[in-house]
Amino acid sequence: MTADILFQVLVSGLLIGLIYALVAVGLTLIFGVMDIVNFAHGEFLMLGMYASFWAFALFAVDPIVALPFTALLLFAVGVIVYQTVIRRILKAPMLSQIFATFGLMILLRGLAQFFWKPDHRLIPHSLVSGNLTLGSVQFGLPQFVAALGAVGVTGGLWYFLHRTRLGTALEATAIDREAATLMGIDGQKMFALAWGIGAACAGIAGGLIATFFPIFPEVGANFILIAFVVVVLGGFGSVTGAFLAGIIVGLIEVLGGFLVGPEYKTAIVLSLLLVVLLVRPRGLMGKA
Amino acid sequence: MSERTIPTPVKAFGALALLALAALLPLVVTEPSQQNFLILILMGAQLGVAWNIVGGYAGQVSLGHAVFYGIGAYTSTMLLLTLGLSPWVGALAGGGVSVLFALAMGWPCFRLKGHYFAMATIAVAEIVQILVTNSEFLEGAVGLSLPMDQSGWGVLIFLSKLPYYYVILGLLVLTVLTAWAIERSHIGYYFRAIKDEPEAARALGVSLTRYKLIALSVSAFLTALGGSFYAQKEMFIDPGSVLAGAISIKIALIAILGGVGTLLGPVLGAAVLITIEEYSRTLFGSTGSGTDMIIYAAMIILVAVFSPSGVLGLLGDLRRFLPGARSKGPDMADKMEIRP
Amino acid sequence: MNTAPLLAVDGLGKAFDGLVANRDISFKIHHAEIVGLIGPNGAGKTTLFNCLAGFYTPTTGRIAFEGRDITGSSPESAAALGIARTFQIVRVFHSMTARENVMVGAMLRDKRVREARKRADAELAFVGLSHRADVPASDLTVSEQKRLEVARALATDPKLILLDEVMAGLNPTEVREASQLVHRIHQRGIASIIVEHVMEGIMPIAHRMLVLDYGAKIADGTPAEIAENPAVIAAYLGD
Repeated sequence: MTADILFQVLVSGLLIGLIYALVAVGLTLIFGVMDIVNFAHGEFLMLGMYASFWAFALFAVDPIVALPFTALLLFAVGVIVYQTVIRRILKAPMLSQIFATFGLMILLRGLAQFFWKPDHRLIPHSLVSGNLTLGSVQFGLPQFVAALGAVGVTGGLWYFLHRTRLGTALEATAIDREAATLMGIDGQKMFALAWGIGAACAGIAGGLIATFFPIFPEVGANFILIAFVVVVLGGFGSVTGAFLAGIIVGLIEVLGGFLVGPEYKTAIVLSLLLVVLLVRPRGLMGKA
Repeated sequence: MSERTIPTPVKAFGALALLALAALLPLVVTEPSQQNFLILILMGAQLGVAWNIVGGYAGQVSLGHAVFYGIGAYTSTMLLLTLGLSPWVGALAGGGVSVLFALAMGWPCFRLKGHYFAMATIAVAEIVQILVTNSEFLEGAVGLSLPMDQSGWGVLIFLSKLPYYYVILGLLVLTVLTAWAIERSHIGYYFRAIKDEPEAARALGVSLTRYKLIALSVSAFLTALGGSFYAQKEMFIDPGSVLAGAISIKIALIAILGGVGTLLGPVLGAAVLITIEEYSRTLFGSTGSGTDMIIYAAMIILVAVFSPSGVLGLLGDLRRFLPGARSKGPDMADKMEIRP
Repeated sequence: MNTAPLLAVDGLGKAFDGLVANRDISFKIHHAEIVGLIGPNGAGKTTLFNCLAGFYTPTTGRIAFEGRDITGSSPESAAALGIARTFQIVRVFHSMTARENVMVGAMLRDKRVREARKRADAELAFVGLSHRADVPASDLTVSEQKRLEVARALATDPKLILLDEVMAGLNPTEVREASQLVHRIHQRGIASIIVEHVMEGIMPIAHRMLVLDYGAKIADGTPAEIAENPAVIAAYLGD
């Protein structure tokens, strides 16, 4: 492998890894705060992609311009899902919890298929299109912008969780729900907030990905599995861990695809999950 | 003892009556497409009952059961195509491979609790699907076809639907009997203990890993048999038809809809689900436009939120009159009740 | 009776991420002995139980049961060796009846369902829950659930039973019954270690008391000696 190719692989891996991190951050936040795995997280991403698509198709608004709108819309979706479904299963047996978000996943996929057809759709001529060349390394502008967006959003989320009152309360709830309640933090509000923010992160990721990735009802399935690997590698509930793990997973995916063959890249990433479980089940930054 | 269920002889009679009814049904339903519909229900029911052993009784939700289904289908088909081995033997071999796979997969994955285990099972199934799709040996995405030139009980290939009906009915009976035997033995008690309070079960000497692996292995074996049956019936398999995530989802849906941890719930679950699927296809075309998915999903969410005992629970006490329903103590479904 | 100690704990310590919950604890338990384990909240009593029952691996020290080193063994092998426990916060199998709960315990020694049922009925009678045998465990009162946990533990044929606050929240009559139950367990030749805050429940029946404070053992003696011990009084009065 020449240095140029290596560099190209590293850059591509980094760019896609940052996007994985963004998808995983929302998932890990919900895990951390309430110990529920949101199986429908990939579908939040899918909704974000369709929101961008329709903003473009109906109002000619570019996905990048529509990002704040997509984020708000998905925040609302997250809160609504929490208030209508999740709130009722907080104390339910784990099986009911799994089935509820699993059912939600199927429901959202089914609705997307019903209303928007199973076709693959693309957004042509986004504001960000074409390639950038940096020395010998070439990469897509949409991927670059998406990665920048991912860094921005993850950074913003980190700032929110660690530097603002509301965010600290959310983080405290994630660390110790009972202690947080004793300190007067309203658990219900925090849970709804976690769902809102988690969904909004997935929505933004969807908006960013929509500039270069086909949009179809099952698109979330690809990303949710990788996001799950990222969450396990990063350590359940750790936003910082998810960020680092996202980059690692992106690099492994691109490098593995390059060395073994692109058709195996997803299998390689998913195998990483089993390796982490065997070697270090708490992940990079997880609580013991 | 004040057990609130029906005496055993009555239930045994009920079970035999139901079986006799099922055996006579194709004599009344003679239209091949309708017989096919009944076969689909029995296939779904068999998979649901098999899934329930690990997902319902032991409470370890697998959303990757297609991997066992696919292993069964591919093993028996490959053995038939390469060695000319009878599918009767091939299916057992598929079951064996499936058990080995379950053990290898369960060992790391059972370190994960609940939700996380479910996610890991999806990942494992996905890996296998990718590997098979890219395997030249298994003809990759092209798929495998069974030879058309022979038929009969030896090769388990038939020209009419009727023999398939009886084969799958027999497999369903075998699967239900296995689940029933587990339910009544110490293993069934241990599964429920692990599902309710794993730490307390350990304190009573129950090895979580051993019994979770038993649950997964038995379930994997029976699911593989279902996969082999599918291959024999359709005479063609490819990753999309026997390894896809959608199959895992469907298997789990059948058991969840019917009532997790009940013996015959999945049979009802399969009847409901397959019926919805067929109707939505008639109404909205071949894909059903996702309407079947929307209906199941809505039902599942409702079941999870309001009536965690499944469709059977929604039908109230009907369950008590089902032959072979749980004989001792409260119904398994009670476990799913939302605690205040 | 065997004179070698049933349980010998030597220099046991347990730390979580640098936070020390148990330090340098040593003691012995003899066959059929009733030992009270007391100490202020956060003294490390439940941690010690979790180490003895195999739920935690001690950071330092040794645990020997009937002369065999069992340090770091799993809960299931501890149970198989004859160490049974109850939980501070009850963990009954809520979807099962009281009888089925106890049957799970009995199956450790005999996997046959019929035999397990017989044994379960005997243990339910022993703790006075026969009339509740067919009631789902989740429908029992907390005091009944605690007795159910004792019956479940006894059904595993233990040589040592670890009782974690079985008297908490009971009224005086129930405390007296619980004390009698512990005494009857002793009469069956089973040793018990009892974590308890309810002094009037434990003092009259304990042969010996261990006192923990800040994770370390500060006293070991008869209830009468303990009651006079200045270190114990200081610990309880918050020095």
